[in-house]
Amino acid sequence: MKESFNWILNRLPYTEPFLFVNEISHVDDKGAEGTYRFSSDADFYKGHFKNNPVTPGVILTECCAQIGLVCLGIFLLGEKTKLENISIGMSSSEMEFLLPVFPGERVKVVSELVYFRFQKLKCEIKMYNEDDKLVCKGILAGMIGVANE
Amino acid sequence: MLKEEKYQKLKDIIKIYLPEDVAVTDIEQDSHFMNNLNINSANLVDIVLDVEDAFDIRLENDDMDQMQTVNDAMAIIDAKLAEK
Repeated sequence: MKESFNWILNRLPYTEPFLFVNEISHVDDKGAEGTYRFSSDADFYKGHFKNNPVTPGVILTECCAQIGLVCLGIFLLGEKTKLENISIGMSSSEMEFLLPVFPGERVKVVSELVYFRFQKLKCEIKMYNEDDKLVCKGILAGMIGVANE
Repeated sequence: MLKEEKYQKLKDIIKIYLPEDVAVTDIEQDSHFMNNLNINSANLVDIVLDVEDAFDIRLENDDMDQMQTVNDAMAIIDAKLAEK
């Protein structure tokens, strides 16, 4: 039976047009894996680039962070932690981009925990396209913790 | 380890995480990491992790909360080394 990670999706502090997670396929205390399909209608394609829509690197980074870092962080904080008590912020990103992602493409993000200590979560992250080719990779870190405690 | 030696070792770690507008010479014993040295909470975690490796000690959440100044860090390092 496939484990449901819907409780994690429900706690994500994002919504359209800035939610970049469709599904979480796996999470454990060492990392997370999930997917997202970039909608051809996304507003940023109108400007990046003129008459040549390609998913911006910052959006790929955001997608990596939402799946690889934030979903993992919510899992590590535990199911009992309420969304309104979670405080969150990206603290560093170091990414390399290897292949373009075009409108309508579906990507898979895989993250591996480097450490989660003193509310700082750091991960090594890789993104793959539908052909399982590496799209981008890097190291992302953020602060995620329970506020007002 | 001599106090001077420990202080130097700590300063060598701190300087890696200083923002561009703060110089190594700005580090004083009573410098506040966030208020005087402009080090953010994410980089303070990295300093703590580097301190753990350099002195072969382990800090807990309470230690992190107490570590506001360079002097605080020195006192925590001393206490942890004494416990070993």
